[in-house]
Amino acid sequence: MRKGQYRFVAGFLLVPVALYLIFVIWPYVQTFGYSLTDWKGQSQNFSFVGLDNYKALLKDDIFTGAIWHNILFLVFIPVITILLALFFAFMLNAGGRSRAGGVKGVAGSRFYKVVYFFPQVLSLAILAVLFGAVYRSDNGGMLNGILIKLGLVDAGSPVEWLNEPNIVLWALIAVVVWHGVGFYLVLFSAAMQSIPRDIYEAALIDGAGRAQSFFRITLPLLWDAVQTAWVYLGIAAMDMFILVSTMTSGDYGGGPDHHSEVMATVMMRNFLYYGKSGYACAMGVVMLLLTLIVSVVMLRATRRERIEF
Amino acid sequence: MSAPIKETSAIPAQRGVDKVPAHTGDKRDEGVVLNVFSHGFLALWALLIVLPLLWLVLSAFKTDAQIGGSAFGWPQHWSLDVFGRAWDKGIGDYFLNTVIVLVFSVPLTMLLGSMAAYVLARYRFWGNRLLYYFFVAGAMFPVFLALVPLFFMVKRLDMLNTYQGLVLVYVAYSLPFTVFFMHAFFRTLPSAVFEAAVLDGASHSRTFFQVMLPMAKPGLLSVGIFNMLGQWNQFILPTVLMQPQSGDDPERYVLTQGLIQLQQQQGYATDLPVLFAGVTIAMIPMLVVYLSFQRQVQAGLTSATLK
Repeated sequence: MRKGQYRFVAGFLLVPVALYLIFVIWPYVQTFGYSLTDWKGQSQNFSFVGLDNYKALLKDDIFTGAIWHNILFLVFIPVITILLALFFAFMLNAGGRSRAGGVKGVAGSRFYKVVYFFPQVLSLAILAVLFGAVYRSDNGGMLNGILIKLGLVDAGSPVEWLNEPNIVLWALIAVVVWHGVGFYLVLFSAAMQSIPRDIYEAALIDGAGRAQSFFRITLPLLWDAVQTAWVYLGIAAMDMFILVSTMTSGDYGGGPDHHSEVMATVMMRNFLYYGKSGYACAMGVVMLLLTLIVSVVMLRATRRERIEF
Repeated sequence: MSAPIKETSAIPAQRGVDKVPAHTGDKRDEGVVLNVFSHGFLALWALLIVLPLLWLVLSAFKTDAQIGGSAFGWPQHWSLDVFGRAWDKGIGDYFLNTVIVLVFSVPLTMLLGSMAAYVLARYRFWGNRLLYYFFVAGAMFPVFLALVPLFFMVKRLDMLNTYQGLVLVYVAYSLPFTVFFMHAFFRTLPSAVFEAAVLDGASHSRTFFQVMLPMAKPGLLSVGIFNMLGQWNQFILPTVLMQPQSGDDPERYVLTQGLIQLQQQQGYATDLPVLFAGVTIAMIPMLVVYLSFQRQVQAGLTSATLK
């Protein structure tokens, strides 16, 4: 029995662990090693260069610029997404007031949830094509078309959403928010469902309005979910590769003139386009470190005393 | 039972039929104003989601000139030709490539993931905890960190631009979440059934395949859908791993990759309706899966973050 059990355990674990080691863990480990070499990828000859890649990174204006863009994303994407998702989640779950004086979601909340969540199941590649068309820089683009109709933009000089250094990052943020709000709305809804109704109803009897019941009840009891959302959105803001590389100009995106560059696009360009594998690995390590720092800082910054209910 | 799923999946069912229109009994002015405001806002966001998507699908029926000319206006004639053209122009191949990969990768992910999760959740042996954390930790690191060595690993195995290579990589990268979720699920299954099966003389693997796995169906469904969506939408891994390696190496792009390829090939010059038709074709399976498994999709995706 015992012997058979061990054979069974080993048999069941063998393939998954092997796959995981070969394709996930080992490459992760190798990245650290390669980041200390001048490896160019094609040849197997490379030499150890110590921290040279990292030193070069710090002097690489494109990469340091990209870090700042990631930081901009890091500041705005979580805040906007979470605020909108919280607002909608509250409206859908506790915004309505029933005839009997109870608290419930507004009419049609189920429908709204289905619609809002839908972007989440779409591939980012689809989003890239969709918003490429929406942001099109002539009268045929949805946004320009509407703005020209409304008379807000001159038909002769439509806005080049993705080619205007001051606009491109905001245009990208809008896409991420559009994509993410529904997901976090559902996440917050799940958490809101677990808040006992009596608390809302007690507050209602005490004369609390919607704003009050939101800030005094919902938000404190929801803090764990908000924290999770914050960390996840933070990690997403450090990535951004797919949208930037497909929506903006240049090889692997980043245009115009590196104004929308993020760390991941610089890394991929160095790896796939210039073949500087060792250098790209160093960027990967920097990305990992920054992402870890962001997660820890965000967890710390949003830490509150946990409220049991 | 099934704590993580139950909690989340109960939501949509519970909100539902007996809705009283929210504003009826509300006597206070503040409430009415807020209601108009909030309903307006909710409806506005719903429009913001739906309109661009509908507009894109509609644009597939227009001509190039029409698309370039104005954002508004109806297609002159409704013909499904454009979908055929998109299919022939590569979307069909990309679609089939994606399906071929997923037909193998999703079941394999589920099988291997549940096997590992089951053993880790139900058997005591040395190194169990360590192995569990080892699996879960993989979900924390950004894919980019592994990308460069992964490329050369797959190259060394001679699996660049092959279906089997992409399948194995997809499975490996889906394991952390699958193990994590199924581990939690197997722990919640009653051990009485397990013991009964063992007492009846069923072997370990028979107990797993014929007793435990069928009991885990709801969990398998949620994680399976999650993996399906994730792998269908995957873009970074195929971009790196599925490039033709030489002149006579055929293109085996997956759908996401192919769409971007199509977009970049034509820029804004040539056949935009084909691109939009391609996007429509790519969206349809997701729409069908989403609408038919709406609850499991939401539960599966959100439980990935709620630990």
